Amino acid sequence: MKVLIDQDRCCGAGSCVLAAPEVFDQREEDGIVALLDPTPDESQRALVDDAVSRCPAAAISVVE
Amino acid sequence: MLRQVVVVGASAAGLTTVEALRRGGFEGKVMLVGAEPHLPYDRPPLSKQVLAGDWAPERARLRAEDHLDGLDVELVLGNAATSLDPVRARVELADGSGVDYDALVIATGVSARTLPSAEGLAGVHVLRTLDDALALRAELLTGPRVVVVGAGLIGCEVAATARKLGAEVTIVEPLEAPMVRVMGARIGGLISQVHADHGVPVRTGVGVASLAGSMGRVTAVLLADGTKLPADVVVLGIGANPAVGWLQGSGLNISAAGVECDATCQAVPGVYAAGDVASWTHEGLGAQLRLEHRTNATEQGIAVAKNLLAGPDNAQPYLPLPYFWTDQYDLKIQGFGLPAAQDEVEVVEGDLESRKFVALYRRAGRVTGAVGWNSARAMRPYRQQVIDGMTPAGA
Repeated sequence: MKVLIDQDRCCGAGSCVLAAPEVFDQREEDGIVALLDPTPDESQRALVDDAVSRCPAAAISVVE
Repeated sequence: MLRQVVVVGASAAGLTTVEALRRGGFEGKVMLVGAEPHLPYDRPPLSKQVLAGDWAPERARLRAEDHLDGLDVELVLGNAATSLDPVRARVELADGSGVDYDALVIATGVSARTLPSAEGLAGVHVLRTLDDALALRAELLTGPRVVVVGAGLIGCEVAATARKLGAEVTIVEPLEAPMVRVMGARIGGLISQVHADHGVPVRTGVGVASLAGSMGRVTAVLLADGTKLPADVVVLGIGANPAVGWLQGSGLNISAAGVECDATCQAVPGVYAAGDVASWTHEGLGAQLRLEHRTNATEQGIAVAKNLLAGPDNAQPYLPLPYFWTDQYDLKIQGFGLPAAQDEVEVVEGDLESRKFVALYRRAGRVTGAVGWNSARAMRPYRQQVIDGMTPAGA
């Protein structure tokens, strides 16, 4: 699983950080999403899917 | 037995419901019905990136086509639902067809309000749909004089974008400050300053009496105090009404506040509502609530899908933490909770002068909300305080 983020779309809501804190963080200065782990372990899949679904800016996607 | 779920409304709440049903293991049929011809798209970029022309319209799509294919959802677009018979469990569509369901999710959102005097006048716009955004953009490119009526989220964002495109912009707001309902007059007043800094005057405390036109096109906005503001383009950001017209006669409990639901977002057995159209009992606040926030569309869609799959006996109350954000010029504002205009405000990080701060709102000693300016990450620690303030004692 590879996680892709589109920082131009990100609105800084932080929903992804709440959903999958081992995979996502926010930049200090503007709250834009930062990827902690671009290729998370399969055990993170449910959390990452949740983050994708919760993101209000559709800024996260997953490719296999 | 849940075999066929019909979701009416193909925007964020409806699409998220479908996704969450599949993620939750639902293998039955899912139909997603939308009135607009477009693939599901996102609305927050309409007043910003799409209106500015920074994004092609396709970029506002919520999901790529191959992702939608993967959901195995029957997409019915450009075909609005026209009526509901919850006894027969059947929805009728504009093309004359009908569809039966085992469970129905109502996610038809809201329609932008307009003014009676706008009737038939070219140059008057609302901003709710992609087509609205493209029509407004085309006019903004001519460098017009623009009057934005209403300094809520949409009005303020459109004003900022129109200014960026070179228009001469004035905002008119009948209340005492912009965005006063979500952040109060003190913090809301700073929005006036931000717009003034960009050459956009904000006239607060005065309503619109009527729109004037000539040859079928708007020429001015007449204010209640007698002022006449010349305008080539007028944008109405005066709120929205739940899109419930198709539910008249359905027997559902429909009010001005939307589709009335219980704490689990169920309207009647087998029928749920999600997103801007849904009014439900927020048990933490002990109040009936309807949120037009983008994040609520997502979270309520997820909650409804979970409750559909759990069944009515195991359905959970929906207890979200309301969240909104807005981007205007280079300013990013974010808010948690539901502060009211009269709440006590305390700046807990930064300061107003530097325009980088977090403000906490309190009522009767309880935290009701937090608003951050250019402080997205600094906001996060306050989230729990707002949640605690929204949770019933002992819960």
